[in-house]
Amino acid sequence: MKKFQCIVCGYIYDEAAGDPAEGFAPGTRWADIPDDWECPECGVAKADFEMVEI
Amino acid sequence: MHPIVIIGTGLAGYTLARELRKLDSITPLVMITADDGGFYSKPMLSNALLRGKTPAQLISADAAKMAADINAVIRVRTQVEAIDTVAHTVTANGETIHYSRLVLAVGARPIRLPLEGDGADDVLTVNSLDDYARFHAQVQGARRVAVIGPGLIGCEFANDLAGAGHAVTVIGPDPHPLGRLLPAEAGNAVRDALSAVGIQWRLGTVVSRVERDGGAYRLLLADGSEVHADVVLSAIGLQADTRLAQQAGLTVNRGIVVNGQLRTSAEDTYALGDCAEVNGVVLPFVLPLMEQARTLAAVLAGREAAVNYPPMPVAVKTPACPVVVAPPAPGSGGQWQVQADGEGVRAEFVDGTLLRGFALTGAAISAKQALVKQLAAL
Repeated sequence: MKKFQCIVCGYIYDEAAGDPAEGFAPGTRWADIPDDWECPECGVAKADFEMVEI
Repeated sequence: MHPIVIIGTGLAGYTLARELRKLDSITPLVMITADDGGFYSKPMLSNALLRGKTPAQLISADAAKMAADINAVIRVRTQVEAIDTVAHTVTANGETIHYSRLVLAVGARPIRLPLEGDGADDVLTVNSLDDYARFHAQVQGARRVAVIGPGLIGCEFANDLAGAGHAVTVIGPDPHPLGRLLPAEAGNAVRDALSAVGIQWRLGTVVSRVERDGGAYRLLLADGSEVHADVVLSAIGLQADTRLAQQAGLTVNRGIVVNGQLRTSAEDTYALGDCAEVNGVVLPFVLPLMEQARTLAAVLAGREAAVNYPPMPVAVKTPACPVVVAPPAPGSGGQWQVQADGEGVRAEFVDGTLLRGFALTGAAISAKQALVKQLAAL
């Protein structure tokens, strides 16, 4: 399970936790999130995220 | 050809530059900043302690890397002294720079309370990475932190500080936290969840004096009580920085007045972000700023565009009680309808049968997507 962080606003997507507010169950892989999904806090595209070391 | 000049390298300035470069890779771009020009995520400042981030670690790219990435000249530690919108020049560190188009992305300044007492000048505010570095240095080794202001930024800092092991007291006039954003039931849920992680509240009153007390501070409140703290942080809100604009003769109100194309009252002069009042509204949040940056990039690239905000829910980064809120537009008719259980609060601001806004806490945030869709359908 990895974490990904938005470079603009700092939002972190944690695969283990998912994001209930976005409709992603715990364990949802980053790869399974649609490409047109946008950062819930600032609206940047999925491509603008980068992986965070954990 | 004279360059496009952007004053400010915060989120607004850099996001605009990035968006502009997607549409126009040629026009020379000059950016001027009073700080060191490092790119950092400003929303992270109020939740960086828990993540163990030092101020330096919050910079994801320094000015040299940003300059290379966006093909711009970035003048750091440079103060703009004057703008001449007729001659199309700015004066910075005594030097005159010509521009073809000028963008003000100068942000906002923290509102400061008129506090009395010999400790009033020691009260910290955090609205930039430089501010954060001072704050970060002072809270190391400090046990008790007083946070003035139970709004969004105050609550985020309080949760972050409590999580990092500090004893936190939050003080403010509102009856419940996030008083301007949330109905009482939701605000009370936030209060209780933050109390459960050790945060103390002094609500319904204000700080009137801050006195030095040895190496610490004594805060005297209007209700006659006292709070003792090693560090005092003020987070009561922001006001648009309109100083340069005013001096240049631009129309200003609560912010620098711009239209849907982000144009100010002067030709070839634009503003966006926390300093701008767009179509009569100042929205100092990230989502509006991103929409403004995309619009202004298109305008500067010679395309037709106008600011058109989608529903913009705000996430409050209080891990003890997650909050998502889409406030109803100012002046909207309607009232809050609230459902609450032990897991969370779901509040909908309803005008007849129309949803005008919502506020969700705890487990109820899972309703966000469905409610955003309803708002978007308006």
